Amino acid sequence: MDEVDRRLLTLAQEGIPISSTPYKDLGREIGISGGEVVERLNTLKEEGYIRRLGGIFSSKRLGYVSTLVATRVEEESFYEVADVINRYDGVTHNYRRNHDFNLWFTLIAPSKDDLEDKLEEIESIEGIEKMRNLPAQNLFKLGVKLKV
Amino acid sequence: MLSELDKDIVRLMQEDIPLVERPYRLIAQKVGISEEELLERLENYHIEGMLRRVGPVLYHRQAGYKANGMTAWRVPEDGMEGFADLLVGYSQITHLYQRPTYPDWPYNIFAMIHGKEEGEVESIAQTIFQSCEIDDYTILYSTEELKKCSMRYFMN
Repeated sequence: MDEVDRRLLTLAQEGIPISSTPYKDLGREIGISGGEVVERLNTLKEEGYIRRLGGIFSSKRLGYVSTLVATRVEEESFYEVADVINRYDGVTHNYRRNHDFNLWFTLIAPSKDDLEDKLEEIESIEGIEKMRNLPAQNLFKLGVKLKV
Repeated sequence: MLSELDKDIVRLMQEDIPLVERPYRLIAQKVGISEEELLERLENYHIEGMLRRVGPVLYHRQAGYKANGMTAWRVPEDGMEGFADLLVGYSQITHLYQRPTYPDWPYNIFAMIHGKEEGEVESIAQTIFQSCEIDDYTILYSTEELKKCSMRYFMN
């Protein structure tokens, strides 16, 4: 990744223009052609810097509900439990963390009822010792744009 | 309410968009509208806040952010706003939420701090603590990624 890639990624994270020729318009800002933008983005994807290049939606505005869940999973069945949780399409992030609550995941569902049903199912998985539902009550900041 | 056409557009836009000169012309063809109409709809979704942006989702670790610390703080109700205002100013903090508490989880403010290494996350947390005297906090690092993906909407 060179300096141009860095500038390209930082800029692209702010948003690629919604226009007929978005890559050309993006490239103009850093002085490279649309063709070069396409080429560089392709390479950055292949090299594993970019996970996906597309629309990033607000689940709430699409009518979905989401939450963060903290669980304590017994060590002996940790990965089996993680696998069962991961099978839910609405589980988008799942991490082991260095805490008494050792498994944390996010869950998105099309409705509040659906979300609660899934949480109830998950809570009954054998190996989960306790679970705490931590839905956001207030959003102060969400800006996943990092300097690259 | 979203129309079936809106949902079709979301379904295509939540995948990878084509890396070609005119990507929206291709997407418009797939949903059966003109490029112009698609651009107009996308612009509206963006204004309404439904489409946050079109752009890359990065693997933060590859991009050099190796230590992502989820910090959780125990902040008194009346100090919440001032605390949030202070944290919003940090460019290394990408997510900042208030969440409910429990007897075994007393922390109500969550701030995701991205650093090149754990020391950097800790020093940011300490700077925050020194500037507001909220000393009851914990830092949770992800020691293993078990799943990470983008949500795919309207799939059934």
